[in-house]
Amino acid sequence: MAIHLVAGTRPARWRAGAAGLTVLGLALTACGGAKVGDTPSAAGSSSGGKCGTFNLAVNPWVGYEADAAVVAYVAEHKLGCTVKKKDLKEEVAWQGFGTGEVDAVLENWGHDDLKKKYITDQKTAVAAGPTGNNGVIGWYVPPWLAKKYPDITSYKNLNKYASQFKTSESGSQGQLLDGDPSYVTNDAALVKNLNLNFKVVYAGSETALIQAFRQAEKKQEWILGYFYEPQWFLSEVPLVKVDLPPYKEGCDAVAAAVACDYPVYDLDKIVSTKFAASGSPAYSLVKSFSWTNDDQNLVAKYIAVDKMSDEAAAKKWVEANGDKVAAWLK
Amino acid sequence: MAVVAQVPTRLGAIRAIPRRFVVAGILALWLLIFAVFRGHQTLALAAADLTGLHRWFNDVNDSIGADRNSNPLFLYFFNEIRLVIDNLVTFIQSLISQPSSGRGVPQIGWLGVVGIVGYLSWALGNVRVALLAMAGFTFFGLQGLWQESMDTLALTLSAVFVSLLIGIPLGVWAGMSDRANRIMTPFLDFMQTMPTFVYLAPLTLFFLIGPASATIATLIYAAPPAIRITAHAIRSVPATTVEAAYSLGSTRRQTLTKVLLPMSKRTVVMGINQTIMAALAMVTIAALIDAPGLGKTVVKALQSLDVGTAFNAGLAIVVMAIVLDRVTTAASERSATGVPSAEGRGRAPGRLGGPFVKWRRHLLVAGGVVAAVLVYLSHTYVWAAEFPGEGSTGSTIASAADTVTTWAQDHLSGMTNALRDAVTNGLLNPFQSLLTDSPWWLVGAVLVAVGAVLGGRRAGVTAGVCVALLVGTGMWSDSMTTLASTAVATVLVMALGVVVGVWMGRSPMADRLIRPTLDAAQVMPPFVYLVPFLALFGATRFTAIVAAVVYAAPVTMKIIADGVRAVPETTVEAAAAAGSNTWQIITKVQLPMSRSALALAVNQGLIYVLSMVVVGGLVGAGALGYDVVAGFSQGELYGKGLAAGLAIVLLGVMFDGITQAAARRTTAVNGRRH
Repeated sequence: MAIHLVAGTRPARWRAGAAGLTVLGLALTACGGAKVGDTPSAAGSSSGGKCGTFNLAVNPWVGYEADAAVVAYVAEHKLGCTVKKKDLKEEVAWQGFGTGEVDAVLENWGHDDLKKKYITDQKTAVAAGPTGNNGVIGWYVPPWLAKKYPDITSYKNLNKYASQFKTSESGSQGQLLDGDPSYVTNDAALVKNLNLNFKVVYAGSETALIQAFRQAEKKQEWILGYFYEPQWFLSEVPLVKVDLPPYKEGCDAVAAAVACDYPVYDLDKIVSTKFAASGSPAYSLVKSFSWTNDDQNLVAKYIAVDKMSDEAAAKKWVEANGDKVAAWLK
Repeated sequence: MAVVAQVPTRLGAIRAIPRRFVVAGILALWLLIFAVFRGHQTLALAAADLTGLHRWFNDVNDSIGADRNSNPLFLYFFNEIRLVIDNLVTFIQSLISQPSSGRGVPQIGWLGVVGIVGYLSWALGNVRVALLAMAGFTFFGLQGLWQESMDTLALTLSAVFVSLLIGIPLGVWAGMSDRANRIMTPFLDFMQTMPTFVYLAPLTLFFLIGPASATIATLIYAAPPAIRITAHAIRSVPATTVEAAYSLGSTRRQTLTKVLLPMSKRTVVMGINQTIMAALAMVTIAALIDAPGLGKTVVKALQSLDVGTAFNAGLAIVVMAIVLDRVTTAASERSATGVPSAEGRGRAPGRLGGPFVKWRRHLLVAGGVVAAVLVYLSHTYVWAAEFPGEGSTGSTIASAADTVTTWAQDHLSGMTNALRDAVTNGLLNPFQSLLTDSPWWLVGAVLVAVGAVLGGRRAGVTAGVCVALLVGTGMWSDSMTTLASTAVATVLVMALGVVVGVWMGRSPMADRLIRPTLDAAQVMPPFVYLVPFLALFGATRFTAIVAAVVYAAPVTMKIIADGVRAVPETTVEAAAAAGSNTWQIITKVQLPMSRSALALAVNQGLIYVLSMVVVGGLVGAGALGYDVVAGFSQGELYGKGLAAGLAIVLLGVMFDGITQAAARRTTAVNGRRH
């Protein structure tokens, strides 16, 4: 700009300046309104108090989002914390314990490998107790199928129907749609050890799994797939679990020889070692936070189905469940 | 052009039999041996199994994490880089997107940003792109995505800025020196094909969770197009012109600044555009490590399969891409027609005549003042700082997208199943079983032989090394499965690319109409359109192929269109005058003369297809893509994911080597330098 101003002739500068000033004048007289900073923004920053900043990891599934929404809401409004939510995949979130960028993970599904690495070996994280949610993993069929062929929910009868489950991906065998790569699966070994005429096909993402089940229910198509609860999608399509040989302690010890159902996971909370020692009220909140699958499903439904914001969903639940929240804050 | 020198000797041996017969012979032999050895030595590895290499990768990854806080490399190197980039991004964010210094709003509000964008687009480009830019940015506000868009803009600007800072000089170097080009190419292949998921988690270990990691992840993927296309541009300057410059006594430096750079400017800008596109394509992936902006909106929405909301945010990314693309293009045209000196940018193009030139300077000053006033207003007043309204346009767009998706899912799936089964059973399955059921040494030998016949000795050696390393990764069988899908996708991409590219190259009107769709396909986050595709085609390899085609076809179309357009008009006119019909002009003149563009298109098409392998893994392709995703999600599989990522890179390097060498040979035989 400077070059042109200098290079320009005097009248040119004058004219341009006058035009600019006119616009400026017009703008200033014509437009008024509230100025930035007139109304102090929300109490968040002023009432930081002794809680300070609370770095909460948010892993990418709706159930976790529900947990995080409620804990963040309570921490902000009842404890005066400044909550920084960080959207991270599990592995990255755990890594953040060591670098000091993550204080807490609220819903951990097993992950013995991560526990060994960060709790036992690096000692940057510590367990903070169960969330009260039970994680169930297994094979599911859409409701129409379970209704029409009630015996399909036992693994013993799956071979009878195998040819119905054939797809372009499974060749001559039935398809078992596996899935979300985030969770450990023994399905290839299960199929082999239970002598099922099925082929494991990797859908690769939760989105692909949900879409497959949703479409199958709508069009009455055959599908057998890996799924889990709590999960918001079950409130839209109540999938039916197929019974595998029941889980017994140690029956999954040798991965290649597994021939039993998945164990029920007690989902738990993990915090960074530093955070646990900080004496922050946010830590005691995380430690005592506990609720049921129904509670989580309700908040997840607010978010996923009713399309409420995290904040609004949490507010609605917290206001209706004052006693539970009070117990966390004791 | 080392290859050119070798051509005569090698030709002597092969001239007797045309190359395509040799290739056909190799393939026939392959089928024969396949029939005998089918199912033996296929090196299959089950999904949960690991090799020693995979475990070793795990250990290395763990040990890096463990001594992060004491390692001097971290303390004095990575931390410094992180600081610089973090500060750059945070500074831009405090200007336009994030509340700064207790104000509750950014320094410059929406009105100021729209004003600046409009002014800059006008000053550097023209009135039309200025209006487009202002409309586009206002649209973000109407969508209810102002802040998210500005966060994405801040991140993209930083990543593109750093990419170009590194990329253009490297590109010029690679364009002028064959040796530099040869050394750089495998690294660029590596950067473009190594799946982001593989280095996303380690990046946060090096650069922590935050803007720096997100910027660097984007940069790794976005810089290569700038380097490659700049090099291509420099190389495309006719040899005679360069020789003329030298014979007139120009130094190397003068030749570069007075001849090579000005003459390749148009193509270099295409490189910048591709960098912007690539950067915007990373928006959703970067959101997985907490990168702020539109990517988060998309990821959140897709967790509950809310296609409408995801589409709305995806559309904002598309609009941003189109605005940035058009403004940079207009800017390059202005600088090309104006005075090509450093301060010539603001000056008006001569072709617009005298009075405008005289007035333009005054108008520019006045426009600057207006923009400054808008910035001041948006700094001071709430109405100009925060975009008014609830973003109701956004909800309208979201519900419209939902309606369309639902309709398509409900009404089209009969047809789509037939298409899927035809391609899967007719093309993909036979090819895949040929690749995966052959013994590894047989496929390896075929790859080396085909590489040597098509690309010469060097390509054959490259193929041999890549085959050996592929076996070493322990991912051979999965690589062959992925290779089958990749090959099918690339064939489809090239078919589409040639048809649409030629059409666009011949008709400016078609170009104008199609280009926005291509831009959209390149930057719309894949999952937004993959959710309906999943409903239509299921979680299958075919869905993955479709995803790859949608993403990779646009770049080939653009490159081919550019090549066809670069064919001198006089040549085309001469052919027409000699009585050639349209078909003959295309097949005998325009396509042969844009051979180097076609080669670049095959090359980039393949690389882009490979860069979608992981997305394919998310929608049912299994194999390498799934291995990478699983490695990102499960600590125990990290090493296997890394090995799978390396396998994808090796496939990329091998085919890049073969296609480029083959292209050089064909053109060399035809007596042209490029």
